[in-house]
Amino acid sequence: MLAEGPIPVHIAFIMDGNRRFARKQNLKEGAGHKVGFFALLAVLKYCNELGVKFLTAYAFSIDNFKRRPEEVQYVMSLLEEKANEILNEEHILYQYGVRVRFIGNLKLLNEPTRIAAEKAMEATAKNDKIVLSICVAYSSTDEIVHAVQEVCNDKRSNIQTLALAADNTTNEIYVDAREGIDRDSTIKLADVERHMYLAGIPDPDILVRTSGETRLSNFLLWQTTHCFLHSPSVLWPSFTLWTLIWIILDYQRAQSYLDKKKKLI
Amino acid sequence: MLRLVWLFIHLLAKIWYFVLTTIHTLNSYLISSGLLNKYTALDLTKLQHLAIVIESQEAYDIVRVIKLLCWLSDIGVKHICLYDMDGVLKKSKKIILEEMGSRLWHLEGDKMDLCLDPNQMTLEFISISDGKEGIAKAASFLCKRYLDVSASEEQDKTTFTEENMGKALEAVGLGGPQPNLLLVYGPVRCHLGFPAWRMRYTEIVHMGPLKSMKHGAIIKAIHKFAMVHQNYGT
Repeated sequence: MLAEGPIPVHIAFIMDGNRRFARKQNLKEGAGHKVGFFALLAVLKYCNELGVKFLTAYAFSIDNFKRRPEEVQYVMSLLEEKANEILNEEHILYQYGVRVRFIGNLKLLNEPTRIAAEKAMEATAKNDKIVLSICVAYSSTDEIVHAVQEVCNDKRSNIQTLALAADNTTNEIYVDAREGIDRDSTIKLADVERHMYLAGIPDPDILVRTSGETRLSNFLLWQTTHCFLHSPSVLWPSFTLWTLIWIILDYQRAQSYLDKKKKLI
Repeated sequence: MLRLVWLFIHLLAKIWYFVLTTIHTLNSYLISSGLLNKYTALDLTKLQHLAIVIESQEAYDIVRVIKLLCWLSDIGVKHICLYDMDGVLKKSKKIILEEMGSRLWHLEGDKMDLCLDPNQMTLEFISISDGKEGIAKAASFLCKRYLDVSASEEQDKTTFTEENMGKALEAVGLGGPQPNLLLVYGPVRCHLGFPAWRMRYTEIVHMGPLKSMKHGAIIKAIHKFAMVHQNYGT
């Protein structure tokens, strides 16, 4: 029935409230994250049925490394465990045609977790029904700095190539290459966008942060210019299909305005 | 048939939001009248900087914008950043400053820290060109220095940090504080391209269209903001 109206192509989630859920339910610390993982699988299933093509989830921010070492280790182990489970082709992700991507500064992860993430990405690379981007060791500001770094590295490589070529020919080309540095250091917006972690994925239509918090906490700040921001008060592990349906209904009411704004840019 | 059900559900949603809006409007009037005790003493200590995002079409209503700024000034908000996507507010800067008169200093970019009187209000005007394009400008600044250094010293690649980026933004006149609270006046809760670098931990509250702005709603938003506890990821 929802499909009678526009269905968002890309929904992003800040999965907030796992620890509060664990405290409320008197669970062991860390158990909230495990329940949160199942909530993510459930949301993935609903999105698959609704025809959403891209799903992005904020699993672990760079700031979260400041948490107690036991909690960080628990989350890393959980990530590693779940990434390794994906290598089994009978995993539900294959049934839904989910391609998994781990987005962020993966060098900050410990080696076993990083390797598990890379293997999971490789294993699901051919799936094409829905793309699930899991942001770990991520922050928008880090993403922007990384993109700028990559653009500058490219420019440096180009200049070094030019200089090397010049050494083998005449001086004039070398002088031109050096003079070209001023022109060449100008970075266009498209250069930065091409190197963002989420390049190639359309910007999210909806960004949901559970637990009623109204800030974005350094998540997708670049990609949410025309994004409908939603802050339901439910904690992430308690996120239900009804909450999702209500959010999409709300989005459908706002969609024509957001579409108009997108076309004006 | 499904289409009819969909239309019906949307009609129910419309009615629900109409009821909610009416309740919020009544609540705003009660707050403004001072009848609700919990809103009479407003704690502004955490609110160092406030940002206002206005839908550009609504930003042409300068009279309302000025009224909003006067309300904020009366409440005691000192430092305000005004944003709209298309730069309508930037173009109306002169009129707004004249109308606000002696209430404030107008400061932009690198002059922000020249305001020596903490009791004076400051106003900043930004638009989408200060957002992503601003990052590209700062990136060009960083890149030029990086390439100059690399060419002359044959050193290994420099690694940029967030601090480098922050300083580059200041160098190109696009530094500026991170607002603690961002109020969105428009049809939808959407930040419409507010500069990403300045919005990391900003609380974002939707206030509805500018034409139905309410003084009580601002008090409520600031009061709620004062109760928020942020753990910054820890």
